[in-house]
Amino acid sequence: MIEYVWLIPLFPAIGFLINGLISRWYNLPKAFIAWVACSALALSFIGSAAVFFELLKLPPELRVKIPDVILFDWVVSGDLRTVIGYKVDPLSMVMALVVTGVSFLIHVYSVGYMHEDPGFARYFSYLNLFVFMMLNLVLANNFLLMFLGWEGVGLCSYLLIGFWFENEAPPRAGLKAFIVNRVGDFGFLIGLFLIFSKLGTLIFDEVFAKASTLDPWTVTLITLMLFVGATGKSAQLPLYVWLPDAMEGPTPVSSLIHAATMVTAGVYMVARCHVLYEMAPLSMMVVATVGALTAIFAASMALVQVDFKRILAYSTISQLGYMFLAVGVGAYSAGIFHLMTHAFFKALLFLAAGSVMHALAGELDIRRMGQLKEKMPITFWTFLLAALAIAGIPGFSGFFSKDEILWNAFSSPKGHAILWLIGLITAGMTAFYMFRLCFMAFFGRFRGDHEVFHHAHESPPIMTIPMIVLAVLSVIGGYVGIPHVLGGHNYFHKFLSPVFKLHENLPHGEGSEKLELLLMVVSVAVALFGIFLAFNLYLRNPELPKKLSEKWAKAYKILWNKYYVDEIYGFIFVEGTKGFGRILWHNFDEAVIDRTVNWIGSLMKIMGAGLRLFQTGFVRDYILGILVGALILMLLIL
Amino acid sequence: MIPLELYLLVSALLFVIGVIGVLIRREAIVIFMSIEMMLSAVGIALVAASRVYEALDGMILAFLGMTVAASEAAIGLAIFVLLHRTYKGVKVDDINLLKG
Repeated sequence: MIEYVWLIPLFPAIGFLINGLISRWYNLPKAFIAWVACSALALSFIGSAAVFFELLKLPPELRVKIPDVILFDWVVSGDLRTVIGYKVDPLSMVMALVVTGVSFLIHVYSVGYMHEDPGFARYFSYLNLFVFMMLNLVLANNFLLMFLGWEGVGLCSYLLIGFWFENEAPPRAGLKAFIVNRVGDFGFLIGLFLIFSKLGTLIFDEVFAKASTLDPWTVTLITLMLFVGATGKSAQLPLYVWLPDAMEGPTPVSSLIHAATMVTAGVYMVARCHVLYEMAPLSMMVVATVGALTAIFAASMALVQVDFKRILAYSTISQLGYMFLAVGVGAYSAGIFHLMTHAFFKALLFLAAGSVMHALAGELDIRRMGQLKEKMPITFWTFLLAALAIAGIPGFSGFFSKDEILWNAFSSPKGHAILWLIGLITAGMTAFYMFRLCFMAFFGRFRGDHEVFHHAHESPPIMTIPMIVLAVLSVIGGYVGIPHVLGGHNYFHKFLSPVFKLHENLPHGEGSEKLELLLMVVSVAVALFGIFLAFNLYLRNPELPKKLSEKWAKAYKILWNKYYVDEIYGFIFVEGTKGFGRILWHNFDEAVIDRTVNWIGSLMKIMGAGLRLFQTGFVRDYILGILVGALILMLLIL
Repeated sequence: MIPLELYLLVSALLFVIGVIGVLIRREAIVIFMSIEMMLSAVGIALVAASRVYEALDGMILAFLGMTVAASEAAIGLAIFVLLHRTYKGVKVDDINLLKG
């Protein structure tokens, strides 16, 4: 079965071609489109599962030694030889399962969510194309194919953010996402060029085998450049600005691309290139620091936002920061573990947001919500489970993955108590803003238009069933990685550890278990405190937040305006580029180029006017000219 | 024996008459005749020089000149006939379509 791994990305590609090409000329029925798109994903998921179980049958040491499945040569030119080839190992299969599984559920949900949209076929063809590209990204056996997937998902992200292109905001948001990502991709490309120029190959296994021949500075440069790409794709400081705006797209897209899968590509890339990162301690430190700072920075912005989806967007940025913190301190499997659990509960949170929008005719402002738990019980309960999971309440998936990260940030030789502290504060903030969102949207009195509330209704089963499945996963998804201190076996860690080989030497001393438990208790206490605070502020004393915001008006204003980062970027980069362009336009284009061209033109005109005097049209004049010329020549010669 | 200078003088005289003819007359045929006269002047000079220096080159060149003049006359006259049909006359000043 392993040699048929190429079937996994093939199915979405076929789905994309059918929906994308045929519906261009022929108006396909919506049921057909939905069946094609969803069954492509279902087949792809079954394929991933089959390969995964095949992999489980092998003994752990052999799981990482499976030869790459090479389909054909792709680009062959001189020394450069790249192939279309797929790699099967525990890491890529975990990613493939998460991508296909979550994508399948979101495809099903989308059938209900988009059923009235005129761009139904276009939507599903983009979504299939996205999954195809994402699978290429995670299954690729070389950097170039990974880069193809990397750019491909960026393209689909752009297309889907700007899906409702008739309105003004979505195309702008799409453009912003695309341009910001270009900045990151530039760094990624430089990284690839460096690898190829130093090692002469782009195939993962060969690069990692030869990596020890590189000198430390080159490795540091390569890994930092690759990380620049990751900050763009995974919305980390300083390139995170596109993700909140990306919420202009359809909500299932936000769920799939901008929460569960695409944005985690950077984390996967760092984990995949762990051999290189391990050789560059400086880069590891940068990754961990950027991750931790992004986590707390984004979480603080989420505290005061009022847009349902934007809160979730900042939350996504913050959680991605967590993952980078994990891979930055060398806890790769913890990062991938959080990537997986986050995919479940964050996808679910977004689907719940979509369900609420569906019920309230597109309303997103949580100040005009409330009381929805009576109208939409399924949405409420699934949302609550996801919120508990992301807050890190014991028993839910987020608890296990988040605590593994925090523990590693504290105990790993590359970690630091400060990183742990930042992570801990972020965990408290996360619990606070998630339950603020939950209490404002689902509890209390409805604060919007009465008519809207009257029409609010639970979403149809085709939307709620994927939510229920994801809710179940959000709860039990963590049980594959129960840490040893809680009496578990951490199967997830064991499954991935052959990939990361010797790179994860977690301390397992006698004293460390008590410390780990202590830290766990502290983080749970912080999370519970965050929930309690949200409960006090938004349910028991709804007047209090207003008073607080007035008391801390300055801090509130800064948070409300998201630290003015968009404005600063707009001023420095957008206005700066425009200003530079204007200077060039007036001082170079107009003053130098235009003037030179005009000057040459008028010179020719003047010369022509002068020469025209000789061109009388009378033969005698010409003969006179010849004669005079001949006489002059004669005089000169004689 | 007549000295070479006299031949050259006659030749120069004929040439200048030809040049003046070309410059002051307007009828194409007369201009053409003047040009023929200039060619003949050159021919005289060539033949005389060739006699004096006892070299055949000059005579050969003179024959070449006569041949060219003959073919020129053939083509030139044909052009004049056509010009006459178009302009009812062969005044060179009428032919100024190319003037800028």
